[in-house]
Amino acid sequence: MKQKIILRVISKFLIPYILLFALYVQWHGDFGPGGGFQAGVIFAAGFILYAIIFGVDTVRVVIPAVVTRLLLVFGVLLYSGVGVAGIILGGNYLDYNVLAHEPTHGQHYGILLVELGVGITVASAMITIFCTFAGRGPEDPEEEV
Amino acid sequence: MAFPGLLNYWLIIGLMMIGFYIVIAHGNLIKKIVGLNVFQVSVFLLYITMGKVEGGTAPILAEGITAYSNPLPHVLILTAIVVGVATTSLGLALVVRIRNAYGSIEEDELDVQDDRP
Amino acid sequence: MGMIAIAIARIHNLFAVVMLTGIFSLLGAAAYVIMDAVDVAFTEAAVGAGISTVLMLGTLALTTSEEKPSPKKNVVGALIVVTITGAVLIYGTLDMPHYGDPLAPVHQHVADRYIGQSGTEVGLPNVVTSVLASYRGYDTLGETYVIFIAAIGVLAILGRVRFPRRREEDIAEDDAQKTPDETARETGA
Repeated sequence: MKQKIILRVISKFLIPYILLFALYVQWHGDFGPGGGFQAGVIFAAGFILYAIIFGVDTVRVVIPAVVTRLLLVFGVLLYSGVGVAGIILGGNYLDYNVLAHEPTHGQHYGILLVELGVGITVASAMITIFCTFAGRGPEDPEEEV
Repeated sequence: MAFPGLLNYWLIIGLMMIGFYIVIAHGNLIKKIVGLNVFQVSVFLLYITMGKVEGGTAPILAEGITAYSNPLPHVLILTAIVVGVATTSLGLALVVRIRNAYGSIEEDELDVQDDRP
Repeated sequence: MGMIAIAIARIHNLFAVVMLTGIFSLLGAAAYVIMDAVDVAFTEAAVGAGISTVLMLGTLALTTSEEKPSPKKNVVGALIVVTITGAVLIYGTLDMPHYGDPLAPVHQHVADRYIGQSGTEVGLPNVVTSVLASYRGYDTLGETYVIFIAAIGVLAILGRVRFPRRREEDIAEDDAQKTPDETARETGA
């Protein structure tokens, strides 16, 4: 779809705002609707739009396969790590009260980090899945029945 | 009783059965996955209708509001939706592999090929 | 939504089916908003109408976009099974609490605590986020693992390697090759 100039211009214009909106949803999830799951999906949608218009290979230049896979693992480890941090600081697994001096502040930090972990995992998982599907290309014509 | 009564459950069961019908009556594997999606959405709706409280609002704490809908089903379904799309993509990946291996995604044609001597 | 679902069941062009699935998800999101589940509606609109439609289109590009009509025998049998199941389920709902009933059992256990105490215990206005990340942290951790494993599974199934389609001759060759291999392995062991 590279030759469609309207699609190219509009998508270039929209993608920064999609990513910005994803970050807003990520950090504002404590107060309004939103959170890690939605933010991850919206963030991935920005990259998927880019991949549809400009091709998967272009996206892979922006965010290589190694990076998405590392981020995939990093998100899960961040979530688990917050739990382990709770144990080290003398609480239970995933107990955020001990993360700061006041329980409510600890809860804030804990939820923020956990949501960040979820967001990173979901975003990189969706990008990985989409690029794996789209990266295969259509079947060879002679294989058609 | 008030208007909706049990009607919400019946509508959802109707949707659920359409999804079930798609899954068992169609031989195309992509169609089956779409059917599972319809079924899944109807199950989500079932959970959410249970969480609704008459006169309540969305569970975001604000001053001057006393009645909130039950947040627990929302949490369960919120995560289930994202997990659902992840597992759906796994199913679609299997469909693509089946297509590559057999050249078809129709169930009966797969059966014919599997029965080879 | 019912109309869309029936259309999905009837149409044989898979491209149209996938598009209708997107509309179905969007209508579902509207229904969630009506039932006060704003977070869920947000997710459904982003996931169901966006990502999953795109993924299904990707699959269509890799496979085929026409479906063979299903045989008559299947349709009749399926209709019978579906009608019986639906009737049983409707019979099961007869003693369920009514829509919006504040005295329903689902509102009696932990929900009060979440709504009443989470403002002071967690300190966030959005109860859904508090329950998701704090009270039910283990649950969400497990869900994150599921997404992680699903991504790994897709990578494992559809990774870089291209699998050529197996033709009859290939299958015959495979079978012919398998026997000496297996015998060699058995003697080696």
